[in-house]
Amino acid sequence: MKYQSQSVSKPYFIAAIGLFFGQIIFGLIMGLQYIIGDFLFPEIPFNIARMVHTNLLIVWLLFGFMGAGYYLIPEESERELHSPKLAIALFWIFLIAGALTIVGYLSLPYARLAELTGNNLLSTMGREFLEQPLITKVGIVIVALGFLYNLSMTILGGRKTSISLVMMIGLWGLAIFFLFSFYNPTNIVLDKYFWWWVVHLWVEGVWELIMGAMLAFVLIKVTGVDREVIEKWLYLIVAFTLITGLIGTGHHYFWIGAPEYWQTLGSVFSAMEPIPFFMMTIFAFNMVNRRRREHPNRVATLWAMGTGVMAFLGAGVWGFLHTLSPVNYYTHGTQVTAAHGHMAFYGAYAMVVMTMISYTMPLMRGREANSNLSQVVEMWSFWLMTIAMVFITLFLTGAGILQIWLQRVSETPMSFMATQDQLMIFYWLRLASGLMFLAGLLLYIASFFINGEPATVESRNPVGARGAAA
Amino acid sequence: MSSGFTKGMARNIFYGGAMFFFLLFVGLSVDTVVNRLPDRDNRAAINDQVARGKEIWEVNNCIGCHTLLGEGAYFAPELGNVYARRGPEFIKMWIKMQPTGTPGRRQMPNFHLTDEELDDLVAFLKYVNGVDTANWPPNIEG
Ligand code: HEC
Ligand code: HEM
Ligand code: HEM
Ligand SMILES: [Fe+2]
Repeated sequence: MKYQSQSVSKPYFIAAIGLFFGQIIFGLIMGLQYIIGDFLFPEIPFNIARMVHTNLLIVWLLFGFMGAGYYLIPEESERELHSPKLAIALFWIFLIAGALTIVGYLSLPYARLAELTGNNLLSTMGREFLEQPLITKVGIVIVALGFLYNLSMTILGGRKTSISLVMMIGLWGLAIFFLFSFYNPTNIVLDKYFWWWVVHLWVEGVWELIMGAMLAFVLIKVTGVDREVIEKWLYLIVAFTLITGLIGTGHHYFWIGAPEYWQTLGSVFSAMEPIPFFMMTIFAFNMVNRRRREHPNRVATLWAMGTGVMAFLGAGVWGFLHTLSPVNYYTHGTQVTAAHGHMAFYGAYAMVVMTMISYTMPLMRGREANSNLSQVVEMWSFWLMTIAMVFITLFLTGAGILQIWLQRVSETPMSFMATQDQLMIFYWLRLASGLMFLAGLLLYIASFFINGEPATVESRNPVGARGAAA
Repeated sequence: MSSGFTKGMARNIFYGGAMFFFLLFVGLSVDTVVNRLPDRDNRAAINDQVARGKEIWEVNNCIGCHTLLGEGAYFAPELGNVYARRGPEFIKMWIKMQPTGTPGRRQMPNFHLTDEELDDLVAFLKYVNGVDTANWPPNIEG
């Protein structure tokens, strides 16, 4: 850690991991409700569990991005953060607002929550991922603006690098596109059309910039490769992101009432969206192969490479699978979508946040890397969570294909509910994989409590095991 | 990457490409919203009742279990075409008699809606059913 104020990231990362744990618990509850339909009914109806699961996901990723921003921007700008006090204040505001929102979901009927929080003033609730009460949405905007102010002021008085510029464009974009969550017309087609300006333009637009910048930052640190090379890659990756991803939004405009030219435009452009993800994979592996130094934090490097691969699989491959309109006609809104949503969110955003945490946490705790044992445990957690996610994706894809076959392709289509009964084997297997994921997450958390002699390059590489890096 | 290709060139592709495609996207969206949607989005059916119905749909978070035009949750049946599949009377009766309480079966809560609210909700579902979705879903089961 070069600057004292970078340590404000620590509470952000700790909160992120805590919320991640909560997310998984609610995922497992739903996994069981998929099979035993009345499990926890009426205490926790499925929609409530889902809302908690997905909102915790978004909030912990936002905590992760903010933590990453507070760490990365001072280091890149070569100066202390503009206001560490503001960063800590915003941390508590965000954590408390988030916690109250979740408590509201769980303790009140949703309609009552809407009533109490002024949804009648401006109705924004009850739409997927944007379920938060108006005051929470306003809170998110305030926290985001405070955060952006703090970082922007830091950069303005310091060194301006390409990494921090791309990071800032991504973060500003995140805040700006979130404003579309306040637009909710009665016209359902307009509602859906601009809902995607939050959801798609986040995950396949500005968040990719944030992700690219985080990955580039960590890769410079762990490989020592020349900044010029890394930043050239970064620009090219994010260029392809926006060149393909903006018009690629059209892959959500096939069946919601938008004009049919989106079937062509959306298919063609979104079919190219895997390119930037593929480039990220190549980027990560290439930089590690060309490394100029050995970094004792091996597990951070593992996360960085894993992010490249899993983002490509989840977003690139599983995205491509259902993105052409003739295919999407059948897959739209099935378990295939859920399969893709899981691997993409995990592979890209959950993993890039864990990459950043893995690299920075030891530094914030006063060492270059964790002990060998801690790193080995963290590597186990990496493999358990990642392999579990691959299984979850495969089982949901299996469920989705069978669902499509029985309910949509067949000459004598089955009803939705009758079809679901036929998919139970896949749901059991998904649940089992979910338990494996939980085991991985518990190991991940445990790895933070394993102390011991910090690893050094020598202790990771017993004599002569590895010659001087080329 | 060959050394002839500089960071400056990559940066220009990023800024130029982003700008160009952002403007193109905005332009296409203007065309969609201004010129195309009026013929497709069934706006003639929108009235106060539909507006109230949409709010009831939202504040009860129906999207947390159901899909609507294929978007939402995948736990319960598609409702974009439920008006055509089941008709208004079935929908109202169904919502009133929830939960089924069938052991082990997926449950839908009771939302304690008045008859008037049920009519609003049905008006909303009827309106959505009238959107031109390019023949999606493939069949009535959604
Ligand atoms: C907690 C989950 C949940 C929520 C929330 C929910 N539903 Fe349902 N809904 C279900 C399930 C599950 C079924 C199928 C039940 C069965 O077949 O036994 C269903 C079935 C239906 C059906 C019958 C569909 C058909 O084709 O037979 C209608 C209509 C319906 N729901 C409307 C609504 C409306 C309107 C709302 C919001 C006010 C809503 N639901 C909220 C779970 C939910
Ligand atoms: C990291 C990046 C990505 C993430 C996090 C992500 C996540 C998601 C999620 C959560 C959904 C479901 C949305 C809903 O609930 O309605 C979705 C839908 C979809 N995604 Fe992605 N995605 C990513 C990248 C991609 C890419 C690169 C492609 C194309 C190559 C793609 C193609 C699609 C398509 C076609 C749908 C619509 C599915 C349907 O019709 O039901 N996604 N994505
Ligand atoms: C223990 C593991 C998990 C289980 C059992 C699980 C289960 C579920 C279930 C049942 C749903 C609702 C699907 C529906 O609408 O019917 C869901 C939605 C979702 N989950 Fe998970 N989940 C798990 C882990 C994760 C992880 C690790 C992530 C991402 C990092 C994630 C991201 C999502 C997303 C983005 C959605 C919305 C999907 C969409 O709209 O298509 N989940 N999950
Ligand atoms: Fe998308």
